[in-house]
Amino acid sequence: MADRVAALSGPQGPRPRRRFSRRNIIIYGTLAVVAFYYLLPLYVMIVTSLKGMPEIRLGNIFAPPVEITFEPWVKAWAQACTGLNCDGLSRGFWNSVQITVPSVIVSILIASVNGYALANWRFRGADVFFTILIFGAFIPYQVMLYPIVIMLREIGLYGSLWGLVIVHTIFGMPILTLLFRNYFTSLPEELFKAARIDGARFWGIYFRIMLPMSLPIFVVAMILQVTGIWNDFLFGVVYTKPDTYPMTVQLNNIVNTVQGVREYNVNMAATLLTGLVPLVIYFVSGKLFVRGIAAGAVKG
Amino acid sequence: MHSVEIKNLDLHFGAVKVLQDLNLTIARGEFLVLLGSSGCGKSTLLNCIAGLLDVTAGQIFINGANVTWAEPSDRGIGMVFQSYALYPQMTVEGNLSFGLKNARLPRDEIARRVARAAEILQIEPLLKRKPAALSGGQRQRVAIGRALVRDVDVFLFDEPLSNLDAKLRADLRVEIKHLHQQLKNTMIYVTHDQVEAMTLADRIAIMKDGKIMQLGSPHEIYNLPQNRYVADFIGSPSMNFIDGRLESGVFRAAGIDIPMTGYDFRAGAASDGKVVIGLRPEHIATGDALASAAIRTRVKVDIVEPTGSDTLIFAPLGGTSVHVRMDGQTRVNPGDEIEIGILPGRASLFDRDTELRL
Amino acid sequence: MSDRRPNRFFRNMTAKIAAVPMILTALCVFVGGTVWTIVHSFTDSKLLPRLRWDGLDQYERLWNTNRWIVSIENLLIYGLCSLILSLIIGFVLAALLDQKIRFENTFRTILLYPFALSFIVTGLVWQWLLNPDLGIQSVIRGAGWIGFTFDPLNNSKIVIFGVLIAGLWQGTGLIMVLMLAGLRGIDQEIWKASRVDGIPMWKTYLFIVIPMMRPVFITTLVIIASGIVKLYDLIVAQTSGGPGISSEVPAKYVYDYMFQGQNLGQGFAASTMMLLAVLVVVIPWAYLEFGGKARG
Repeated sequence: MADRVAALSGPQGPRPRRRFSRRNIIIYGTLAVVAFYYLLPLYVMIVTSLKGMPEIRLGNIFAPPVEITFEPWVKAWAQACTGLNCDGLSRGFWNSVQITVPSVIVSILIASVNGYALANWRFRGADVFFTILIFGAFIPYQVMLYPIVIMLREIGLYGSLWGLVIVHTIFGMPILTLLFRNYFTSLPEELFKAARIDGARFWGIYFRIMLPMSLPIFVVAMILQVTGIWNDFLFGVVYTKPDTYPMTVQLNNIVNTVQGVREYNVNMAATLLTGLVPLVIYFVSGKLFVRGIAAGAVKG
Repeated sequence: MHSVEIKNLDLHFGAVKVLQDLNLTIARGEFLVLLGSSGCGKSTLLNCIAGLLDVTAGQIFINGANVTWAEPSDRGIGMVFQSYALYPQMTVEGNLSFGLKNARLPRDEIARRVARAAEILQIEPLLKRKPAALSGGQRQRVAIGRALVRDVDVFLFDEPLSNLDAKLRADLRVEIKHLHQQLKNTMIYVTHDQVEAMTLADRIAIMKDGKIMQLGSPHEIYNLPQNRYVADFIGSPSMNFIDGRLESGVFRAAGIDIPMTGYDFRAGAASDGKVVIGLRPEHIATGDALASAAIRTRVKVDIVEPTGSDTLIFAPLGGTSVHVRMDGQTRVNPGDEIEIGILPGRASLFDRDTELRL
Repeated sequence: MSDRRPNRFFRNMTAKIAAVPMILTALCVFVGGTVWTIVHSFTDSKLLPRLRWDGLDQYERLWNTNRWIVSIENLLIYGLCSLILSLIIGFVLAALLDQKIRFENTFRTILLYPFALSFIVTGLVWQWLLNPDLGIQSVIRGAGWIGFTFDPLNNSKIVIFGVLIAGLWQGTGLIMVLMLAGLRGIDQEIWKASRVDGIPMWKTYLFIVIPMMRPVFITTLVIIASGIVKLYDLIVAQTSGGPGISSEVPAKYVYDYMFQGQNLGQGFAASTMMLLAVLVVVIPWAYLEFGGKARG
């Protein structure tokens, strides 16, 4: 190799590149500054939640804690007060779990069957309903808030967890149906035809052929729904009672309470606790999350 | 002075060696085709020549200038892409003139060049249209026009006809050949289609795994393949290969002996040993042509494939099944016994281990 | 086998039954609920909805209420700024990430994580960061710049920009991801062609790539716009509409009148106005996007 190179004269091999070219400095410099700006709030949340109140009052919010204390976390989880209840965010956490789990399951089941029916079993009028559904995704929730209150009251579910499950199923339906319909449409149609010739019917094809092939899209839908429902505030505050408030509503009540001294460290611990579930999902799921939001962006 | 010269070119993507110690010189006005199956490095080589890829080692000269480090736009090349890569928001005229405007050429010079390109390619009526309103063939003509207005000596084509249907492909092939005869530019043309390669090229470079397997005129490539890969790659249906032994000038395989009289052995290559003989389906004589064949034998027809102009048959010979091309008017049925003749002068012999031509 | 044609209605019956939840949602909730609300916005409903006609009185009252006017102004300012800034920032970030850089995944992960957080969490964090006595302002004052003032949340003139900072922090990651997907969808040979033509990179972006990404921009625009109209949680968490009413928004107006003020009619009228605003954006888009395709 060496003698070969020596035989050539003049420019050869790759273009000379300086590691610190102006282009690289601009690109990486900008990205580093932006990344710093994006990470700052998370950092401040963490350090604040680990400080004691005296240190917060004296010090600087960016300074790392001199003395690390986990007391704010304990307090936020088990003792913080909202109104008369003083059992901390734990109540909201468990409420949110109780809301999120059935909502995710029910909404995904219904939407996947819808999407499957729309993709493979076209019937007259299906497209009309689907168009209404997609337009529904753009209607401000405020327009439909009160009619749903009346409907839930009529069936006796207003204020209950199951009422909220229905609400999440309804409002998750447009985007999830779209997601599943597009996915099922992308599967080879021959597969569906072959199954029909083999005598499989609606549910047979759904459970035996479509479901096993659609695991990734179910995971995407799950990520979309878990973060969406966990982060919901509006439906929680409208359709539940203080006892059944989801975590976001309870968090807001704890932090924005007007009574007593503001304990910023407890507030930040509570905020972090509430953000923890979607954050963990985000960091674990990576590319699937990106796929989910790209598909779910229509939800707005 | 050569038009394009490539010296000791290497290109690695990480640990993958895409091109290895490649040398190639292309004469002024030559039409060179880089031919190979996908992944052989032919497009990569073209992108290196264009300067769209940074080479790992080696040099590239265009018109005598070392352009290894030059930007694509400074190399004196024009390039035509498979997907046409027209700027969709601009009219045909805009597409042709955008690069020139950017190079701050005088306005009347731009107009002159666009008009000339449009005239040569007969796209004058399309100048005000946008690419979306053009057919595939028209788009590719505009893409060629964009290379034409650059007024350069070297044209690079990256599978320009692959996105077109068969008929258009044949038409545009003729047009490109015509264009080359008219302009007399150097053209380097990448394709995986051997018909395109054979019809267009002055010389063909057949590539495999980042190396050139053979470089020669279409005639040489077809008649004197230098190795088994090239022999197998060129020709459709492809060459028949029969394993056997060479014993003092006679090829012996199961049930057939072929004295290789008339075969042009390479100097000192005619040693005895394990060899494989390659017979093109169209070089196996049948019917009237039998008279000129030195060796004749009878075979039983297995399968008959009429294609209209020709009829192809499969028949067992020398322990394998061979393809024979017969005249389309011949009537043959499976099970028939026919006589075939072999012309040693038209056959190719390869060493079975090195796969090189003997 | 019967030679009579089966009744149309019973064809694909299972599929129709399976689609009942979708049909109910579409008809009862989306169409029914919307019509119900619009109808009741013309009544004098107070604590309970009732069909006693009030003509356009609710709307007249609405547009004579200072708080509603402030809400609309805020929404316009926030909407316009957030639309322009998030498109520009999102595109620039996507273009930077598209330069075949190292650590692309790391940067993308960092820029997108706020989007996983709820508006409530976002609002509360930024409320804390913008706290005048202990947050950014005090840190910079402490560093020696005594006269430094940055207290948007307690200044009714600029409070909406304080919210904007938080909103952009949460949402630009999404725009960046959508733009990046758009950039990745551009034919690589276009870039090669422009390099052979000798066109500088910024010009290629401006004159070739951005025009090619028009559909992506339009879709993104609609997504941002329809999200802006729903702005609610962030305000509740970060400012509760204060100071005074200076950071009120329409969605909060609706909620407060429906569920706290016991003035349903006002809530219905306000939410109908919100619907109108969304339709102004969505209908032209749907026409362009879907109507255009039908014509070829």
